[in-house]
Amino acid sequence: MTTERRGLLQRGFSLGALTMLTGCDVSDNDAVQSFLARFSEWNDRVQAALFSGQRLAPTFSETQAVKNFRYNAWYGPDKAPNLDPADYRLLLSGKIADKKPWTVDELHALPQQTQITRHICVEGWSMIGKWTGTPLRTFLDRVGADTTARYVGFECADGYYEGIDMQTALHPQTLMAFKLADEILPRQHGFPFKLRIPTKLGFKNPKFITTMYVTNKQPRGYWTDRGYNWFSGS
Amino acid sequence: MSTPNVQKHALPVRIAHWLMALSILVMIGSGWRIYNASPIFDFLTFPVWATLGGDVEASLALHGDPGVATAIAWHLAAMWLLLLSFLLFIFWGVLSGHFWRDFLPVSPRSFWHDFVAAARFRLDHRLGEYNAVQKAFYWGVLTAILVMVVSGLAIWKPVQTYPLEVLFGGFQGARVIHFLAMAGIVGFLLVHLALVALVPSTLIAMIVGRFGHDPAPDRPVVSQDSGETR
Repeated sequence: MTTERRGLLQRGFSLGALTMLTGCDVSDNDAVQSFLARFSEWNDRVQAALFSGQRLAPTFSETQAVKNFRYNAWYGPDKAPNLDPADYRLLLSGKIADKKPWTVDELHALPQQTQITRHICVEGWSMIGKWTGTPLRTFLDRVGADTTARYVGFECADGYYEGIDMQTALHPQTLMAFKLADEILPRQHGFPFKLRIPTKLGFKNPKFITTMYVTNKQPRGYWTDRGYNWFSGS
Repeated sequence: MSTPNVQKHALPVRIAHWLMALSILVMIGSGWRIYNASPIFDFLTFPVWATLGGDVEASLALHGDPGVATAIAWHLAAMWLLLLSFLLFIFWGVLSGHFWRDFLPVSPRSFWHDFVAAARFRLDHRLGEYNAVQKAFYWGVLTAILVMVVSGLAIWKPVQTYPLEVLFGGFQGARVIHFLAMAGIVGFLLVHLALVALVPSTLIAMIVGRFGHDPAPDRPVVSQDSGETR
């Protein structure tokens, strides 16, 4: 082997060694995790500044809407909570004047509107759906919520929990969705209602909501507690 | 910068270069982990060892998440570093004349001439001077980074920047373009690193600011354009 070729080979190996460096992953280090968490909070502030309470998410035509909407959760659809409309009550808490619990019939009697919007998952896939329900803003007005408070939080029948900023809660396209594709919301999609927020990533759209509260303390989120960004606006 | 046989890099160029290098490596590694969560192409997922986002099994056991959360946190932290270093590189390149002096002129004709010469191993490497293929490569990778940043913005904020994604043929189109720009940058990196391995003096120049024999031996050794005189 010529010295020239040997030199080339050696350089080739040192290149290989360089790429192996990426295998030395410092991600699980506590200091790295807290550095990333602080950056994520900075991104929360940037996103809140970028968010416009008036700018609408794009809407699509009826033909673009999917009939069989994708099911997504950390458990299978057969494990989804089966809430009995006879027993179900939506509980209200926090900075809300009228905390009377709501039945499914009372919720369904609220004024409703329809939107055909795109659900974008944090994983990267997206899907267009047709949703019908009551603007959260209408509901918050109806129950005398303090809309000068900073956050609205949600507890769900499957143990999920989420929270959103008040600006997003009051956005005209933020819906308490009672129907998907013109049908009463199927069990696995969150009966009796899910929060439909086309200006947020999919995981900020909680299902099977059993408690809603208004607060000035930033509510935790199920996936945020597992490292995802809190604001997660789109 | 056009002294023959001397490779010089001004301090802002070196700072921008190494910060871009670091942020791009972090963004590629984390981007591949994010890609794997919802692959664009059925036939392609990236090997976990080449991705950034921590131990998949440990994260699944602890969180039910294969480190995608950590990968996204890396990605959206490194994007600020990439943006700042890219802007530093562009502003310095334009204002100092670096782009006009060293990356131009380049024509399809000169590119083809040098490309054919390089393919036959008949293109000499002249320190301190870029051939047409190198010039075209630098414009290409700068364009790829720009496309990366803009398509990334369309993916990160598809509602707030809405008409932007139409440029890429919709949200999925923006993901595909983001992927293709990544592939272009990875291709550039492979060639770039191979050439550095062949001519290691260019690596020294990018670290300390200069490399080569000065034609006037009585001049001071410290480079004058890097602002490092002490």
